[in-house]
Amino acid sequence: MSVAATYPSVRPGIREAAASQEAAAAVCELAVRDLHKSFDRLRVLKGVSFDVSTGASVALIGANGSGKSTLLRCCLRLLEPDAGSVRLLGQDIAGRPGPAALRRLRAQVGFVFQRHNLVPRLCALTNVLHGVQARHGGPRSWFHPLARKADREEALHCLEMVGLADQAAKRADTLSGGQSQRVAIARTLMQRPRMVFADEPVASLDPSAGEEVMELFVRLMREEGVTLLFSSHHLRHALDYSDRLIALRGGVKLLDAPTAGQSLDALKSVYA
Amino acid sequence: MQSPAPAKPRPLPPRFERPGVVRFLAYLVALAFFILALEGARISLSDLVTGLPYMGDLLGRMVPPDISRIGPISRALLETFQMALVGTALGVVLSLPLAILATRRLSPHPLVYYGARGLISWFRTVPDLIWALFFVVTVGLGPFAGTLALMVDTMGFCGKFFAEAMEETEPGPQEALTALGARRSGVICSAVIPAAMPSFINTALFSLEKATRSSVVLGLVGAGGIGIELKVAMDLFEYPTAATIILCIFALVLAVERVSSSLRQRIL
Ligand SMILES: Nc1ncnc2c1ncn2[C@@H]1O[C@H](COP(=O)(O)OP(=O)(O)OP(=O)(O)O)[C@@H](O)[C@H]1O
Ligand SMILES: [Mg+2]
Repeated sequence: MSVAATYPSVRPGIREAAASQEAAAAVCELAVRDLHKSFDRLRVLKGVSFDVSTGASVALIGANGSGKSTLLRCCLRLLEPDAGSVRLLGQDIAGRPGPAALRRLRAQVGFVFQRHNLVPRLCALTNVLHGVQARHGGPRSWFHPLARKADREEALHCLEMVGLADQAAKRADTLSGGQSQRVAIARTLMQRPRMVFADEPVASLDPSAGEEVMELFVRLMREEGVTLLFSSHHLRHALDYSDRLIALRGGVKLLDAPTAGQSLDALKSVYA
Repeated sequence: MQSPAPAKPRPLPPRFERPGVVRFLAYLVALAFFILALEGARISLSDLVTGLPYMGDLLGRMVPPDISRIGPISRALLETFQMALVGTALGVVLSLPLAILATRRLSPHPLVYYGARGLISWFRTVPDLIWALFFVVTVGLGPFAGTLALMVDTMGFCGKFFAEAMEETEPGPQEALTALGARRSGVICSAVIPAAMPSFINTALFSLEKATRSSVVLGLVGAGGIGIELKVAMDLFEYPTAATIILCIFALVLAVERVSSSLRQRIL
């Protein structure tokens, strides 16, 4: 089941906007050009360029410290890039969009973190409900008891999509790692994003939960027609769930190729 | 693997670092100042020893406590507690926005941050008795002045600890909300405040205990509460009545502390 089927009034609107934008500029969802970022004297990104086309699923691999997380954060301006340009959904994010424009842009892009980043003392339903803040703020988006009926129902529906409708009232800090990450995915669904970034979404989970959550995550994103950019140390995941692979080493792009035709052994050389 | 070479033993780090000249001088000055302070405080064991019988005498005159004025005393006691409760509640409510402005991550601008920090420490460094004196002049004698003094004192205390609690919250959930396009108000209300809530409640309860103790003293400057009853009783040498008042104060402070610690355990 997909959100599109349940909320036809909004989703086609987003799709239409996307389609018209594409027609106008023939842009991809994300275009990064010559991105540089340093922390103090440590140069983390040294001129990275790549594109993510609409509807694609792109895997980002690279050794620890190669700059994957930094790159993803720079794309949403959670970190300020030093130089280079980022066009996200047709808008230049490395320029100076005002806070409101930046919020509107972020609202259309989900971000799944390695550590799910739920608010620990709040229940699963409220955590999912927070995704609605992408569309409207105010007290009715803060806690589920205050929320609009339609929003509460949508939040429950998103929990249902990740198989956790029965845990809605449980506090986030009592959930298992796998359950927490699924709640975080539900929060991203609640956002109704056009594109989703995921930074090692299953790295903190045990192998079987990791497998399960990754499978669910990618399937939901495909069903929603969401463009996906995820980083992973799990080469099997990178191969299985992407149609393009980007490898970073020491802050430069080492590889940018279709996934088909890549082999596990060839990818291991990225870590050499 | 070779056995360690005997020729060049590694030196152990010294047990204590030898202080530099400046630090050594600083220690000397601090010590000298403390010795002068002992002199300045007129520490005198003999005064204490010769004076002890007077205290015994005073305590002797206090028993048995006189409960004939228990009516007005309990009314004053109730007023004391009401001042503490309302002063704390107002203080806590006003501290929250002030503390948000005084939290580095949440403050809209560095200048606002330093301004809010400065205001909070000013509220805290001026003793509550002095606030009470000022408010007596402003709004006249009575419990309102005392309540305002307690409110300001609470803002100094809670403002500091609320801000600290919010600084210490995990950045992850806040980043997640920022990343999905939430407003600053949304991040604060749905991620920061829920995470800091146990600490807020803890601080607010401590603050109520503190305000209950202070409210007793505020009466001495005419800012309402039971303090004035105690002063009058002592001035008129009505020691048995004073004893009743002291026992009542003791019971009130104890009760507030017990209730607050049981609430604290239940919430955390
Ligand atoms: N906020 C920061 N301040 C200073 N240095 C940072 C910061 N964030 C990251 N770094 C440094 O930047 C480098 C790249 O970090 P980044 O997290 O982007 O790597 P990564 O590819 O995601 O690694 P991992 O696989 O371990 O997640 C690291 O050396 C890290 O120490
Ligand atoms: Mg990382």
